[in-house]
Amino acid sequence: MTSRNSRRNALNNVMMSATAVCAVVAVSTLFMVLGYLVYNGGKSLNLQFFTNLPVGQGEEGGGIANAITGSAEIVSLASIFGLPIGFLAGVYLSEFSGKTLGFLIRYTADLLNGVPSIVIGIFAWTVLVVSMHGYSAIAAGFALSLMLIPITARSTEQFLQEVPRTMREGALALGASKWRAIATVIVPAGRKGIMTGMILGVARISGETAPLIFTSPGQQFWNASLLQPQSSLPVVIYTYATAPSDNAHQQAWAAGLVLLGLVLVANISARLIVSRGMSIPK
Amino acid sequence: MATPTAALPEVRKRPVAGHLSGGDGVARALTLFFALLILVVTVLLVVQLWNNSELTRAKFGLGFLTSAVWNQNSTPSRPEEYGALPFIYGTCVTAFLALLISVPLGVGAAIYLAELAPPKISNGLTFMIELLAAVPSVIFGLIAIFSVVPIMRTTVEPFIKKGLGFLPIFSGPTYGFGYLTAGLVLSIMTLPYIISVSREAILSVPREQREAALALGATQWESTWDAVLPFAKLGIIGSVFLALARALGETMAVTMVIGNDPKINTSLFSQGYTLASVIANEFPEAVKLHSAALVELALVLFALTMAVNAMAQLMIVLTTQKGSGKG
Repeated sequence: MTSRNSRRNALNNVMMSATAVCAVVAVSTLFMVLGYLVYNGGKSLNLQFFTNLPVGQGEEGGGIANAITGSAEIVSLASIFGLPIGFLAGVYLSEFSGKTLGFLIRYTADLLNGVPSIVIGIFAWTVLVVSMHGYSAIAAGFALSLMLIPITARSTEQFLQEVPRTMREGALALGASKWRAIATVIVPAGRKGIMTGMILGVARISGETAPLIFTSPGQQFWNASLLQPQSSLPVVIYTYATAPSDNAHQQAWAAGLVLLGLVLVANISARLIVSRGMSIPK
Repeated sequence: MATPTAALPEVRKRPVAGHLSGGDGVARALTLFFALLILVVTVLLVVQLWNNSELTRAKFGLGFLTSAVWNQNSTPSRPEEYGALPFIYGTCVTAFLALLISVPLGVGAAIYLAELAPPKISNGLTFMIELLAAVPSVIFGLIAIFSVVPIMRTTVEPFIKKGLGFLPIFSGPTYGFGYLTAGLVLSIMTLPYIISVSREAILSVPREQREAALALGATQWESTWDAVLPFAKLGIIGSVFLALARALGETMAVTMVIGNDPKINTSLFSQGYTLASVIANEFPEAVKLHSAALVELALVLFALTMAVNAMAQLMIVLTTQKGSGKG
């Protein structure tokens, strides 16, 4: 009996320590990613990197200034379309939707959210690149907004649903019509959560590469036109990392550090807005 | 000829809120319009993929899915021909390898976070793991090219080959680039999804399950294994499907380490190709039939991930309803 119990205790100790090891391994990958990027990218980070244009093959130095502005342009475009549409769709799902249509739209939003980003890229290509006869920042913004809409819609819905019932009833009992209750009571009450969802959504799309390679594969110069392809941080990392030059590799590391820094800052600050733990958008 | 119903007095309009409920109608219609946009865009996506793959669907039919020939350079002796099998194979192999590593690791970590760790440590670690999910795919690819690939080529793959080289899946030259490396990178990328969703599923198991098992004299591991995990089973399976869907559709990181060889290779050390990565690599230069073939691959990928995602959603919905008692 005692030997059986000691065996059970031994198994308990072994398995429970094994789970702790799993957790440590999972968390340490984050630090390995961070450490590796800071170590390799930090070496080539300097002021020129942020202010200069890229140099040609075989030359030293150069920067990614146009990729930073290009990324900003594409992501802003995507946000201008994606955030309001996603927000209003989320309001519908939370406040107005009936059973069948609500289920259908919610389900479709989740499906769209799960579509591989490369497929979104192909779709944007068939719709905008073909019809406009060329790559453009607009096509890239369109592709990214398609990813942002379902994320924003679902997170907006989720946070509106968390507004206590008593607040809705209070507003309606005071004689407010439904849209007034939504605009002046319910949405303001869920504001923090909605903002968090939006920041997380924008952070997620700003790191997306696959939808950009068929819509805005980049260029070497300053150019703010919406109808021209723009350079962007993720695409620069992809092309430089696969290019056969040490200078390009250094630039890829530095660009990776900048991109990861931006994404992590956005994520951490979004989570500070609502102290409550948020799970990954599903 | 007044029917009895027509003779009923007209329903009186609500006197006060009349103009306001008009505002409700407008708000409803406006938000409905944008919500329907989601539906329209998704339908349009399928239609566009369908229409743009017309050329290959007409030429190869269903044989496209079972052919292993991928030849985009037309020569007199060998005409242009396209088949999806090498890419479906590569996608499935890399996704399977990824899950082989990330499922035990992820479920183990989720058990630790939900059952063992004090709440403060659990929340802190979960936060960091969710940050890992926010790291863009291209950054995993960047790190993989310059660190994982060389290590695999010089150390890990020769080591496996020494011990298990008699197996056909561990034979042939070790490049570093290939199925095994892609699977490893994917396993790290899918880990946060498994941990996060499994942890929620385990946390939603009623407290009484654990207390009853412990009161009967079970050790903590026995309570977890026999009383808690069966309850959270569906949610954990859901998290695996979710991770599978991510692994199938993952593009950049895989494209950077898979090696780009459109063949079906038995050895896990060999270079291969996946649906997503062949699209990423070849689509910018593709024209006509080649382009249609790639769009059809996108359609296949879409169908594959949709099916897996639908399963995942179903499992997660079933388990959270059961676990938390909410209907």
